[in-house]
Amino acid sequence: MTQIDIHKGAEAESPYVPKMARILSAEQMTETERFFRIEMEEAPLAYQPGQFVGVTVFGVGEAPISICSSPTQGDAFELTVRSVGLVTNKLKEFGEGDRLGIRGPFGNTFPYEEMKGKDVLFVAGGLGLAPTRSLIRYVLDNRGDYHKVTILVGARDPSLLLFRDELEAWTGRDDVETLVTVDRPDKAWSGNVGVITRLFAKIQLDAAATYAVIVGPPVMFKFTVLEALAEGVPENRIICSLERHMKCGVGKCGHCQIRGVYVCREGPVFTYEQVKRLREGI
Amino acid sequence: MLPQVLKRNDLAAWVEALMADRTVAGPVLKETNVSDPSDEKFEWTVLEDAGDLRLDYNLTVLGPKSFLWPPRQQLVAYRLDDGPDPQPLIEHEPTVLLGVHPCDATAIATLDTAFGKDIPDPHYLARRADTAIVGLDCAAPCHESSFCLDMGSLYPDSGFDVMLTPMGEVIFVEAATDLGRALVKSAAVRPATKDDMEARQKFAEEKRSNFHYKLPYELKYLPEVLEQSYDSLVWEAIARRCFSCGSCNTTCPTCYCWDVTDDIADDLSGGVRTRRYDSCQLDTFAEVAGGENFREERSSRLRHRMFRKGKYILEQTGRVGCVGCGRCERACVAKISIKDTYVQIAGTR
Repeated sequence: MTQIDIHKGAEAESPYVPKMARILSAEQMTETERFFRIEMEEAPLAYQPGQFVGVTVFGVGEAPISICSSPTQGDAFELTVRSVGLVTNKLKEFGEGDRLGIRGPFGNTFPYEEMKGKDVLFVAGGLGLAPTRSLIRYVLDNRGDYHKVTILVGARDPSLLLFRDELEAWTGRDDVETLVTVDRPDKAWSGNVGVITRLFAKIQLDAAATYAVIVGPPVMFKFTVLEALAEGVPENRIICSLERHMKCGVGKCGHCQIRGVYVCREGPVFTYEQVKRLREGI
Repeated sequence: MLPQVLKRNDLAAWVEALMADRTVAGPVLKETNVSDPSDEKFEWTVLEDAGDLRLDYNLTVLGPKSFLWPPRQQLVAYRLDDGPDPQPLIEHEPTVLLGVHPCDATAIATLDTAFGKDIPDPHYLARRADTAIVGLDCAAPCHESSFCLDMGSLYPDSGFDVMLTPMGEVIFVEAATDLGRALVKSAAVRPATKDDMEARQKFAEEKRSNFHYKLPYELKYLPEVLEQSYDSLVWEAIARRCFSCGSCNTTCPTCYCWDVTDDIADDLSGGVRTRRYDSCQLDTFAEVAGGENFREERSSRLRHRMFRKGKYILEQTGRVGCVGCGRCERACVAKISIKDTYVQIAGTR
């Protein structure tokens, strides 16, 4: 039975008070996605790839956002925010020098230590590239620790592609294989066309040595997992990051709960083996 | 401490003494049924007059939960006219909850665990640390909807500082903690006599014979019984009656899920982040930005509540998520019963 020290807990620091941060730079990436590079005003954010933060716009509210940078990129951290709600729409007006509140980091991390020495296959659909990029950047900054690296990126149309400069840079590297596809091309698009699973036919996997990191909308996740399983990647090496509306980040408010699991604490990163057992995961 | 008793006539003086130092909340008469004067309705409230306390109360729609875990609670204040400088808001005052039935004492122990485990929540725990719980034992079941004996909440091992056992003209007083012993000091108690001890024994025997098990299996098997029922059509069947109104959550003494909003001052000088009760039965509870809803079906939300109460919390903390008080059933317009549901799923595969 869990034992609680009520008096000690009564003196604990409140986990709900945001710390102040300042925007170093901001850029509208697509019509709905805005990129921010942010620095904490006091102690730097100590985070690892896969974690998320609560972002406060004072006077509006708070929203949970995945960190899209890697701690190897310095003390500041980066967020890619899709404008879908009150807080995220307000963030459209925010730019260099503006102040925000930050809580976190929250959640577990991608198993980047366990993945060392192995092949890594990244599959990122839509905004799923944001959390995935935290690990891609980490792996690329520690390139020698990992074996073959393959990056598959999909978007509905070219205007929705995130991190286009980086996609180009990754495509130009000879130590990484990067393939990008769009569902609906425009006239200027000369790359791959079709859903992201089509890219599996273009790559070679050493399934027994591969970790597949798959992040994207539920429908994409389902069919991409199917491809990875068909290639022979074991269920416990298919890694995903689940989207839920974490309101507290500390396993109290209940919004992110899947069965008995609080995604904000035990997730957001899970193996397919775990997600499958949860049943309500995807 | 040796067993003690308090004469019923001396109860009001003790309550007054407690009220001098602390806010004292307890059950009082709320209203009487016009057509049946014997049908009295009680509620938990802050006592203004010691004589209002009704230790003979039976049911309350809401338990004493709100004194520890208020329906709205301010968490953080910040400024908008200057640097936001966000600061925690942690408020508490010395309080006594007087007359807490065993089910509600057990529920408080569950809330303590929920807010205290992993990352502690001082907004709850500071109030809790400043609150004394005076329990009141039950001699007989309060209502057919209750199944506290099954859920292990009829004989609580924690969640109270003093336990009172009403026995005719005297009240048996047992202090369980240092705080409890300090509270009892202001009561005109006397050591229990042999007759008192015999009366106490008689109460215990009557209590044991008045309560009966209602589930066809032991509590320790409930998580497994629930797991076996996961794919059963029973959830869809029960959910046909459910209105997703959340009354079950509102009245539950262990529910603690919450939503959070920022309230802005009229002159725009600052804002306050406030949490308020939320309900896993409302259709937007598990919705994420962009509209994906991970518990879109009413049956999946109903199942989630029943699993949380009977399995998840129990497995994670060893504390019951449902104390068997029956409040959710009594509050449900569709008469959905958690007890009957736990009986019904016993045979599902």
